Amino acid sequence: MPDAGGTKTAMLEIRDLQAWYGESHVLHGVNLDIRQGEVVTLLGRNGAGKTSTMRSIMGIIPKRTGTIRFEGKELIGMAQHRIPRLGIGYVPEERGIFSSLSVDENLMLPPVIRSGGMTVQQIYELFPNLKGRGSTQGTRLSGGEQQMLAIARILRTGANLILLDEPTEGLAPVIIEQIGVAVRALKQRGFTILLVEQNFRFASTIADRHYVMEEGHIVDMIPNDQLAQNMDKLHSYLGV
Amino acid sequence: MFEMLGIPPQVLFGQLLLGLINGSFYALLSLGLAVIFGMLNVINFAHGALYMVGAFVAWLLLTQLGLGYWWAFALTPFIVGAFGILLEKTMLSRLYKLDHLYGLLLTFGLALILEGLFRHQYGVSGQPYPVPPSLSGGQNLGFMFLPNYRGWVIACSLVVCFGTWFAIERTRLGAYLRAATENPVLVQAFGINVPVMVSLTYGFGVALAGLAGVLAAPIYQVNPLMGSNLIIIVFAVVVIGGMGSILGAILTGIGLGLLEGLTKVFYPEASNIVVFVVMAIVLMIKPAGLFGRER
Repeated sequence: MPDAGGTKTAMLEIRDLQAWYGESHVLHGVNLDIRQGEVVTLLGRNGAGKTSTMRSIMGIIPKRTGTIRFEGKELIGMAQHRIPRLGIGYVPEERGIFSSLSVDENLMLPPVIRSGGMTVQQIYELFPNLKGRGSTQGTRLSGGEQQMLAIARILRTGANLILLDEPTEGLAPVIIEQIGVAVRALKQRGFTILLVEQNFRFASTIADRHYVMEEGHIVDMIPNDQLAQNMDKLHSYLGV
Repeated sequence: MFEMLGIPPQVLFGQLLLGLINGSFYALLSLGLAVIFGMLNVINFAHGALYMVGAFVAWLLLTQLGLGYWWAFALTPFIVGAFGILLEKTMLSRLYKLDHLYGLLLTFGLALILEGLFRHQYGVSGQPYPVPPSLSGGQNLGFMFLPNYRGWVIACSLVVCFGTWFAIERTRLGAYLRAATENPVLVQAFGINVPVMVSLTYGFGVALAGLAGVLAAPIYQVNPLMGSNLIIIVFAVVVIGGMGSILGAILTGIGLGLLEGLTKVFYPEASNIVVFVVMAIVLMIKPAGLFGRER
């Protein structure tokens, strides 16, 4: 198992994580580390366990064993609503914009959990498309704008680790480019990001390291600067 | 004009007032059902029984503990709401993963048990509940006489209904509720304790039934069967308004009360079925209800 290396201790440390959806065993011993300020991706085919890893971190999958430590605190066994309050923001796949809420209400929904979050003004600078759309029904925004809103609402809360599940899924290249700019800006601001992606070209433009998942566990770790040498291997992992 | 129709204005306005009173109770009760259905997806068949329990709790506070009208009025919704939270925590919460029908069956059973208990203890003859001195008497409005207590019932239920609508549709807490109705898992993943919110919502919906019970006590007498008489019409109101729609429950409740009153003036024989006729028509034209959204 490749080690994260480096001198800084991990902000998020996962060891031998196993998880079950009812009877179905979906994670078979996941090990990974994310250090403060890093952008790390989880790559892998559909069904490899990327989203399940995120849902296990958030406690949405309750049946899990092993260790998930965030800033030294064990998340397994913790009440589900306490996990985000430690400083973890979750941007789910399919974006999770609420149709019965306006854009403003969606933006202001997640409670502020600690100081240091971005102001609404700063969020509008990052995502100018959202400005002036406040009273629009959340799901009337375009797919790309909904994705921006899903990221934006987490930035207010003061969370310093952000879990981004397939932010580019189903979006046009020009929108993907905008999302990329925003994620790089967040990295500059010091956010730590765990990114699930199918699109490794997008991932390679923003990530420091890539974990590759297959059948419910991590099979490889490739630093972004070694991606070129490992292209063949990556192609066979992803089947592209 | 009224004379031309052969109806004295006193009769017309008298029936409209009665309709408005009934409509106030329909609105309060169907609002509670709508809040509970929206958040818990439970069709709360115990609602009528809890309305009756509200009237009895107030009656017990008034006659057994000797508290005045206002204390009984203020305490009853909290007592009934707390009872509701107890029911939710111990029983209803175990059924959320099952089909809606199980929640309906459980609350239907609870309604039968509650009614049976009160019937066993107090019989069915009905206990009188005095109108407080501060609300006795009435106002002559010129075209009709308005008893003060009835005016108070209408004002109180309108304030509570529209206050609830405002809280749900226009405040941050209401946004949590609406969001959790849509996607409870994600709301929980933002750090909000959804199970506690669900319990409190059920408690609040049930407290509205308790409040309706206290308000109704001096008008309809306190009787173990008062809830089952009313709840069928209230369910019709909810269906017409649209399951889970807050504004739909309020406006339909008041509107159908008035419609019933008008029917009593112009065609009294139909006044007991007019709500169900409307329900049949609405279901044919707009199956999701007047204010409901197709799911």
